[in-house]
Amino acid sequence: MTDSRSSLIMPNSSPGQAPGEATPRCWSCGTMRAVHFCSSCGKVQPPVPVDYFTFFGFPRKLNLDTAALEKEFYALSRHLHPDVFGQSDDRERAWSLEQSSMLNDAYRTLKDPIKRTEYLLRLEGVELEEQSKQATEKARATGELKKQVVPPDLLEEVFDLNLHLEELREQKKAGEDDPALLEEIGKAKLSLEEKYDALFGELKTEWNAWDKLVDSGTEAGQRKILDAMLDVLNRRNYVRNLVRDVNEALE
Amino acid sequence: MTTDYIVGIDLGTTNSLVAYMQGDSPVVIPGEDGLNLVPSVVALDQKNQIVVGNAARRYLIETPERAVYSVKRLMGRGFEDVREELKLFPFQLADDLQTGEVLRIKIGDRTYTPPEISAFVLRQLKRNAERFFGAPVNHAVITVPAYFNDAQRQATKDAGRIAGLNVLRLVNEPTAASLAYGLDKRKHGMVVVYDLGGGTFDISILKLHDGIFEVISTNGDTHLGGDDIDNLLIAIALDDIRGDLGLDLSHHGEAVARIRNAVIEAKIALSSQPTAKLDVDLPGGKRYQREISLEVFEQMIQPIIDRTVGPCKQALKDAGLKPEQIDEVVLVGGSTRIPKVRRLVQDLFQRVPHTDLNPDEVVALGAAVQANILGGGSEITKEMLLLDVTPLSLGIEVAGGVTDKIILRNSTIPASATQYYTTQVDGQTNVAIHVLQGERELARDCRSLARFDLKGVPPMPAGLPRIEVKFLIDANGILRVSAREQRSGKEAEIDVQPTYGLTDEQVENMLLESFDYAEEDFRQRQVIEARREADTILTALAKAKNNHAWHELTNDERRKVEELEKTLVRVKDGDDYHAIRTAIDELNQATMRLAELMMDTAVSTALKGKAMDDTDMDEGPQAGHPVAKADFE
Repeated sequence: MTDSRSSLIMPNSSPGQAPGEATPRCWSCGTMRAVHFCSSCGKVQPPVPVDYFTFFGFPRKLNLDTAALEKEFYALSRHLHPDVFGQSDDRERAWSLEQSSMLNDAYRTLKDPIKRTEYLLRLEGVELEEQSKQATEKARATGELKKQVVPPDLLEEVFDLNLHLEELREQKKAGEDDPALLEEIGKAKLSLEEKYDALFGELKTEWNAWDKLVDSGTEAGQRKILDAMLDVLNRRNYVRNLVRDVNEALE
Repeated sequence: MTTDYIVGIDLGTTNSLVAYMQGDSPVVIPGEDGLNLVPSVVALDQKNQIVVGNAARRYLIETPERAVYSVKRLMGRGFEDVREELKLFPFQLADDLQTGEVLRIKIGDRTYTPPEISAFVLRQLKRNAERFFGAPVNHAVITVPAYFNDAQRQATKDAGRIAGLNVLRLVNEPTAASLAYGLDKRKHGMVVVYDLGGGTFDISILKLHDGIFEVISTNGDTHLGGDDIDNLLIAIALDDIRGDLGLDLSHHGEAVARIRNAVIEAKIALSSQPTAKLDVDLPGGKRYQREISLEVFEQMIQPIIDRTVGPCKQALKDAGLKPEQIDEVVLVGGSTRIPKVRRLVQDLFQRVPHTDLNPDEVVALGAAVQANILGGGSEITKEMLLLDVTPLSLGIEVAGGVTDKIILRNSTIPASATQYYTTQVDGQTNVAIHVLQGERELARDCRSLARFDLKGVPPMPAGLPRIEVKFLIDANGILRVSAREQRSGKEAEIDVQPTYGLTDEQVENMLLESFDYAEEDFRQRQVIEARREADTILTALAKAKNNHAWHELTNDERRKVEELEKTLVRVKDGDDYHAIRTAIDELNQATMRLAELMMDTAVSTALKGKAMDDTDMDEGPQAGHPVAKADFE
């Protein structure tokens, strides 16, 4: 088997590959190999544990050209997909299956800006606070209390909104209809949606800061940016869940 | 391999077809009767021989208890799933069916599982292709509804194996249709495939780009199709007859079969005529006559075809698209000939759907294209690549009976997810895992795929083992699971119990049993048996090489054995029975002295008071499965 230290293995398409870096050899032709297939003879390679950015030959940056990502995804699919190995031996077929599942998992994660950010956070050792709907359902089913910290800048808004939603549910039960209340909730919803969009802008600011650090090669200040991103994501999830609650109540 | 034929098969609810790539274009292979469609009907004739297709259709009326149709509806399903189905279809379940057992259907005095019945249809298609080529056909691509779950896919693959086919790939029907559709033109853009067949409905949205067919989202209903329209019309006719003639025929198999034929004819006629007549001879010299106008027909079927709207909207939503972003719409499946269905599709996607392809044949043609790609491709297919998705989320049951989704629906396949497990009790060596498929939050509302035990976890204090379990959905949409205990590096063993499915052994047995009914497959049966024998002797030999008796042989003897071993390995996967037989006999001969030496060792060990069980004597065939990787087969 090949060396599993991912830092030694660079994909052939990596723009930043340092010359003279040790690279494992292709099992078939013995020349240079990449993470997924040999740049010389084109044979699929046994999978090595690398992160998704490395798999695509991208630096670990968050501003990502999704058109370039899609192009690379299609190009790699043509080399790695099991359909291409219909006539190959069992070993190559097994590698192709592993490699193309890794390719698909990586593409799915990187093309989505939020999943990409969460993935980077996890790569950098940041534990994510689960605030998803699933976590809520799970908490409901198991009877555990779910931690849900209200972002301070939203405290007042959330308090009012919850009162209104409660009122709405009461009215629904009684079969009543109050246009003024609906308008009030509608306004709050609009404000939350704006907030939601603004948070994505905030996240992008952190992306830029992170990418700048990666370019400069300094590690100082990384942690601060990662924590800031986590904070934005948590607030964003919170707002998303609120919007969902409002929609459910309005239905 | 390259000289072998690989055919594409559409195993349909109502009709099945086999096709292959003739030069640059896929063509359907006709049967001996010259017809392209083989009705998916299986019956026992007067001589107790299985008959399939058009030949079997007449038994649906003459001896309905000796014929089955639409068995695709039962594939990969359990008794609980098909209760509703049994009210609408004349399926007779075996009397001795046990709970948890795979369904068995009565045909005359015999019983067969749904995969076996499908295998009869596949075998007929295989025969048609072999007759056409004048050569054996052993490899196939088979299509399945995109919305088929893991168990239904596995059952289809089993059917292929029972029919003696090596199933190289399961392809989703709408995706296959898009391959046939996109073959001759360089297409780009977003394409919707609306596939309403005899028993299943699928909707798939694809992005076509430079020969890549990327499925963006898929949805559907595996129990919605032309059958439902037929059943509705039959129910209405039976009501009429009860009211007008005072006859209750709902349990009269032959009469129902006649009415069924009549309503199907009327349904087909109404796709091109404003009215259709029903005229059925009933028992007791009575007669049922009725005229149906297109308007009344369309009103009656509205609730059924409306059921396709929800999945279409969900597929659009999942793809993140609005109807106006769809470039083209392709219609697949016989039920899309109904004008009302066409109007519904046109309204939904705001596009005039393509109707230039024969909706009955396009799926089989696409399967032939995929078969060609898997066979190494040709000039026309070399740039083509299909990227399909899994239609349903895959999950694991966690505390509180909740589904924890680990691979979401519409993920491009192959797709994988890794989960970590540990133990809850000191020294625990087994961990139980429940795998689910579906979108619901609670485990009990999802489809149970399998329960499996991770075995052989090294005994450690509770919580210390770290068992990595990898779930991988392959390009067929079928789940594979592998596990490893990380602290010890030990591969944990996986014992899979599919919730509704055949075990490997059952499939193998069916494979052998099915040969009993087919004279011409005798040769192949011989090959399979010889291959099994070869595997047994090779495994035993591998084991024997660890015995010190092996080293007591002379160099020449060892060389000779290894030479013959290589020969057997080489020929055993071929189809030449005599070559395999000869190689087995020669290897047997050459290992005679080895066996004697081992016997001596065993005897002397026994004399020394060591139990025979501890020696290697009988372990050969059972050993040699140390791998923890488990296909759901």
